[in-house]
Amino acid sequence: MEMPSPNPAILARKTRLAERLLAVLPTDAVIQDEAETRAYECDALTAYRCPPLLAVLPRSTQEVSAVLRICHDEGVPVVPRGAGTSLAGGALPTADCVILGVARMNEVLETDFENRIIRVQTGRTNLSVSGAVEDEDFFYAPDPSSQLACAIAGNIAMNSGGAHCLKYGVTTNNLLGVTMVMMDGTVAEIGGAHLDAGGLDLLGVICGSEGQLGVVTEATLRILRKPEGARPVLIGYDSNEVAGACVSDIIKAGVLPVAIEFMDRPCIEACEAFAKAGYPMCEALLIIEVEGSEAEIDHQLGLITEIARSHNPVELREAGDADEAARIWLGRKSAFGAMGQINDYMCLDGTIPVSSLPFVLRRIGEMSKEFGLAVANVFHAGDGNMHPLILFDANKPGDLETCEAFGAEILKLCVEAGGCLTGEHGVGIEKRDLMLHQYSAADLEAQLKVKDVFDPKWLLNPAKVFPLKVTESRRAVALAAE
Amino acid sequence: MMTPGSEAELAEAIAGASGPLCIQGGGTRGLAVEGEVLSTRGLSGVELYEPGALTLVVNAGTPVAEVEALLAAENQRLAFEPMDHRGLLGTGGEPTIGGMIAANVSGPRRIQTGAARDHLLGVRFVDGAGQVVKNGGRVMKNVTGYDLVKLMCGAHGTLGVLTEVSLKVLPRAEAAATVTLTGLDLPAAVRAMSAALGSPYDVTGAAYDAETYQAHIRVEGFRDSAAYRSAELVKLLSPFAMAEVLEDAESLWRGIRDVAAFQGRDGDVWRISVKPTDAVELVPHLEAEALQFDWGGGLIWALVPAGTELRNRINVPGHATLVRAAQETRARLGVFQPQPGPLTAVSEGLRRQFDPRGILNPGLMG
Repeated sequence: MEMPSPNPAILARKTRLAERLLAVLPTDAVIQDEAETRAYECDALTAYRCPPLLAVLPRSTQEVSAVLRICHDEGVPVVPRGAGTSLAGGALPTADCVILGVARMNEVLETDFENRIIRVQTGRTNLSVSGAVEDEDFFYAPDPSSQLACAIAGNIAMNSGGAHCLKYGVTTNNLLGVTMVMMDGTVAEIGGAHLDAGGLDLLGVICGSEGQLGVVTEATLRILRKPEGARPVLIGYDSNEVAGACVSDIIKAGVLPVAIEFMDRPCIEACEAFAKAGYPMCEALLIIEVEGSEAEIDHQLGLITEIARSHNPVELREAGDADEAARIWLGRKSAFGAMGQINDYMCLDGTIPVSSLPFVLRRIGEMSKEFGLAVANVFHAGDGNMHPLILFDANKPGDLETCEAFGAEILKLCVEAGGCLTGEHGVGIEKRDLMLHQYSAADLEAQLKVKDVFDPKWLLNPAKVFPLKVTESRRAVALAAE
Repeated sequence: MMTPGSEAELAEAIAGASGPLCIQGGGTRGLAVEGEVLSTRGLSGVELYEPGALTLVVNAGTPVAEVEALLAAENQRLAFEPMDHRGLLGTGGEPTIGGMIAANVSGPRRIQTGAARDHLLGVRFVDGAGQVVKNGGRVMKNVTGYDLVKLMCGAHGTLGVLTEVSLKVLPRAEAAATVTLTGLDLPAAVRAMSAALGSPYDVTGAAYDAETYQAHIRVEGFRDSAAYRSAELVKLLSPFAMAEVLEDAESLWRGIRDVAAFQGRDGDVWRISVKPTDAVELVPHLEAEALQFDWGGGLIWALVPAGTELRNRINVPGHATLVRAAQETRARLGVFQPQPGPLTAVSEGLRRQFDPRGILNPGLMG
């Protein structure tokens, strides 16, 4: 993956830059030692690493503003970082950048159950947002699988989803307001505790902009009362086609489960070997969860199992109690761990229209043979968000490159099927060069024009999201201004 | 009036325009600016509807009524319950999907399922230079590049003219039940609605009529489930007032959605968005002739004497939109509330980027 070569003029100014930053931040908030900056050399896309010039860990919006004003003034690129769990390389540094980490900003600023909102600093982890309101039986709905570690800042940058978004939506649907610092240090308040922000939907375009428009330091999030209960059912089928038809029939029948998870045979086998959840060996496994009171759950599961039976499942298992429910989820939740046990893997994230599921899975199977790499599929079937896991051996020369080429072909297939390159992980550097498969040059130009407005000097996370060639002239303006 | 019959014709019309354009769908919201009318009504029809995938792709000029009928045949709906402005504004015409999206029109169910923008999956539009742009797609989860889909929703045609939109649709509920509490003043009504919205009973509507002192709380779903949850709500809300349960209250909610209470009455109508509990503090300052509340108290409809500048009276965070007034009042006060400094600069910057000649609904949003 190509990254722009560092600007020597910036590298030469490291000492001066550090001095200026130390004038506005406490000593322990500026990291300049090479051994220590190494901690920020990559995110969860660990195949790519580059220590930054400096890292800063501010504790307040004012400190973030001071940092950005200095970097703006010095013409230094800034890469914002939440918890560093991006699978797409969203927080990958360049050697001439300042990493701006929000990890020390993790306070809950306000909880308001009457108005059903929480306001937090964005370094707070996703799960601990729910943790702050669970005593009152509330929760924050978006639940990416990294929720124990990932920060709200990164969730907003990537518009993160999760397993339950069929019912509750993704980050953008649960974000009511932000405090955002723009690259020149200006602090902007957008939205708030009211349901719709006025004017243009700037909140909507900031969410998912991968840290390229501003640094979000505080967020007002919608919290919801927990449902009375939830229960899953596990259904196994002999073919992907039939499992896909079952999902479609359930949705058409007017049932809206909170989650519909789909696993194919390679995934079932790996999970079973790892977690021993007692899954049936079959071609396709569905885990469907519904919520409500006991009676409501019974009713919905009744409808679902009736539809499921009409498609002749090889297995249909309802959870009788909490233990059985946990066993049903056990395999799915350990899918990534199971894969890691077998091999190195690359997790993809394309989305497809649910109706093309059988076709796409068949093609992935064929391509797996062509590339000589095994692939297992986990899938949020309700919303079409696929997670093909390609297995490779990082120690074998050329395997990573083959894996990346295979991954790119799968993502192109998702686009051809009417879907998109990424459903919840973001583009980062990983899918940057595939953007022209989904969008025309004019479509991308419209997006670049938005960045021009928020960050005219193209200093915020400039080497991400768009093909480097496409952004070259804009990034060059920043360099020329040196 | 120009009524292009295809996206390509619409792009040509914009590229060739020599002056301001008034972008119009059905013209039911009465927001016409001065300029040649550019209508999207020639771009009509459904491109794709997959009930099993909850997905609809439709041309911008398609009447909302046509889409709703199509969805109803499959027991589905536009869950955000878009308001029909014709009664309140006394306008004619036929609301279009493009107009609905351009204005992010949402109704009572917005508190539970989100606004129009939350159901919008993809757009195609023509910018002010005549360039066709697409963003998003037809799948529910999509974080590929910037979300211009949201930016276009609620931009009132000032950044581009929508030609096609993709929407997430949802199953229509089998049944609904409405719990009505009578004899509440506003503070008690907001507390009751907050209690209902903070319950696990999945409330899909919470409105208060300050003229009848009634709060209405709606649940929807399968028949037994709606009955169960409305009964639980009656218990939960018993400290506030005696409650009665209505099983069929469709016309009541249509009236709340369309602000039927103000139809045919003189005066200007403002729509104010605040934090629900702030409504209590704000209302005495409004000196309104009549008030209606939706979204648990967070959406306030105020009827005031014609020409009143209401924004000066707002003492809590939020914003006010002038929905119904004489042309002169609109011009004087502005339909939309000015944004704080940095956001004004960004909004102006975006308008300049997408509409460099300033010809798309000029002046409408600032």
